[in-house]
Amino acid sequence: MKGTLRLRAGILSLALLAMILLGWQVAVSGTASTQAMDPEYAALMGQAATTGKSAMPGPLDVGATIWHHLKDPFYDRGPNDKGIGIQLAYSIGRVALGYGLAVLVAIPVGFLIGMSPLMSRALDPYIQILKPVSPLAWMPLALYTIKDSSLSAIFVIFICSVWPMLINTVFGVAGTRKEWLNVARTLEVGPVRRAFTVILPAAAPTILTGMRISIGIAWLVIVAAEMLVGGTGIGYFVWNEWNNLSITNVITSILVIGLVGMVLDQLLARAQRLVTFPE
Amino acid sequence: MAPFDNPFDAKRRFRRGGCSCGAHESQAAHEAALPAGDAAIERAVEATMLRALFPHAPERRAFLRSVGAATAAAAVSQFLPTKFVAEAFAEAGKPEKTDLKVGFIPITCATPIIMAKPMGFYEKQGLNVDVVKTAGWAVVRDKTLNKEYDAAHMLAPMPLAITLGLGSNPVPFAVPAIENVNGQAICLANKHKDNRDPKNWKGFKLAIPFDYSNHNYLLRYYLAEHGIDPDTDVQLRSVPPPEMVANLRADNIDGFLAPDNVVQRAVYDGVGFIHILSKEIWDGHPCCSFSVAQDTIREMPNATAALLRAILQATAYASKTENRKEIAAAIAPANYLNQPVTVVEQVLTGTYADGLGSVKKDPKRVAFDPFPYESFAIWTLTQMKRWGQIKGDVDYAAVAQQVYRATDAAKLMKQDGLTPPEATTKTFVVMGKTFDPAKPAEYLDSFKIKRAS
Repeated sequence: MKGTLRLRAGILSLALLAMILLGWQVAVSGTASTQAMDPEYAALMGQAATTGKSAMPGPLDVGATIWHHLKDPFYDRGPNDKGIGIQLAYSIGRVALGYGLAVLVAIPVGFLIGMSPLMSRALDPYIQILKPVSPLAWMPLALYTIKDSSLSAIFVIFICSVWPMLINTVFGVAGTRKEWLNVARTLEVGPVRRAFTVILPAAAPTILTGMRISIGIAWLVIVAAEMLVGGTGIGYFVWNEWNNLSITNVITSILVIGLVGMVLDQLLARAQRLVTFPE
Repeated sequence: MAPFDNPFDAKRRFRRGGCSCGAHESQAAHEAALPAGDAAIERAVEATMLRALFPHAPERRAFLRSVGAATAAAAVSQFLPTKFVAEAFAEAGKPEKTDLKVGFIPITCATPIIMAKPMGFYEKQGLNVDVVKTAGWAVVRDKTLNKEYDAAHMLAPMPLAITLGLGSNPVPFAVPAIENVNGQAICLANKHKDNRDPKNWKGFKLAIPFDYSNHNYLLRYYLAEHGIDPDTDVQLRSVPPPEMVANLRADNIDGFLAPDNVVQRAVYDGVGFIHILSKEIWDGHPCCSFSVAQDTIREMPNATAALLRAILQATAYASKTENRKEIAAAIAPANYLNQPVTVVEQVLTGTYADGLGSVKKDPKRVAFDPFPYESFAIWTLTQMKRWGQIKGDVDYAAVAQQVYRATDAAKLMKQDGLTPPEATTKTFVVMGKTFDPAKPAEYLDSFKIKRAS
């Protein structure tokens, strides 16, 4: 039964895809009426103006572009023209750095806050105020104080991914069952050992949930941040193609961004499954 | 034409068919005969000085006629040793740093900065320059202030705004060279094809690239001359150039005054038409500048001088119309402008589709003239004050002199106990009204529509 469900879901997915692509192709294939033009004038004009071709590309155009990018993803023709693979690598690198720093900060701090009800109460207002701030709002401040655009981008990733992890860690640590802590206390387990052998395994699933939320946000934000600071990265690529009004390349990068985001999310989902325990 | 023709020639005529000097059959032949490279720089410096000494053309001509060009040159160089300034340019010492970064915005105004890379002008100066495409004017400003860029392509009013601390902390900036003159246009959505009189534009939403841009000031000027108050009768929005075409297509804006290749791109994509070129508002207006922080010049005078020489030579090369096609092909690829070649070519050659069905020819659609006349800065300051960006008094001449500098030669000359040249100004005409840089306050007072009290 389970096998057939999966099969049916797969078939439905494919059918939906086919319908979307077909609808898309039909929607963009019509040509608007155009006036007759002087050939000299027409030579200076784009296709949209001369043949009335829709400004939106069809799925075939996008497919061709994707193939074109996949064929040679790592070319490097100067600082402003690099292959999509290199751009992705830059973005992933930035996310990894910012996110890694956030992990290093959020989890220990979250532990301390979670283990102390006093700190938890005292720091709560700050966390609540800083958490809902859009990460990009930090950008001007970061550029102004850090005075380096790529470090600013990393800082923005850090600041946006730190909150969900921090809150989840606090929540997970504070939510460790009293019985387990009491057992540890009767066995006279020291505080460090208690943190690593009792609280960490108990809080791990919640912490991983926080990390999974954070990586999603980080990946959302890097594109916007790179569109702002430019230079390198997939966000810059989108901006550059937008500058060129090349909708095909923008759609291509949307697909690529979505794919990478999914892969990152799945990696953490895997990790989460590893630490989950049955109650 | 200004710094590259010969003011020592008493018989030089004002334009009357043929070329600007009258000695050649056509402008193209005239330009072909112009000196290139170092000779061009020397000529430019000499020309500037002679102009500074005799700002009034009739006086200069009378002087030249009576003593002869050679004597005049010798006389001028006696108390203003042109050779010295030219050498400060031409024989600068070893650059303090050869790996430089220059930021640019992908528009044709940046042509000299961009083309100097693929066409080897930087290399000739022994520099390894990375020209870095940047997402917007505010980012260019911040990255240059952060010293991530050693120099940058900025809108001509931006260094003034930065120096005065408008929209950022005050940091002294310098404009050692203007990038281009003209080369902008007012573009309107196709639906306004029959609504060409600005008097009927009340309620329009118009886009400009940045608050501190000559696009802003020219559009405001143009509207105000037609009785439209740019603050109350229309909505002016600051929109990054790539968004302009998309917004025009989506009907969010009625039009824009924008840098070129954006305007031409709107025409190319069939969403707008060219209402007027900016040269019809003010022929010879500056648009973008090559800007350096004054700190940077102090820290590495040789490197900035080398950079400047590369830019000046590239500008001289770009000022010749016969080179424009080659330049268009060099700067159109993804690494630089990332635009279809035909769009860039139409802008640079001045043979373009106007979006209304005809092909127009105007070789002066965009021109490249590096000389940063201080009067440009003074005009810009009057407009900043006119629209309330500058509050209170401003010392027009002092700010202009501080920011718009022919070269850092003036500074070098002072160090050697020499008198730097007088403020290099010229009068010009904006929409039929003459601007006298010596009387900015009177000029400002003469406007009916203004925010300044």
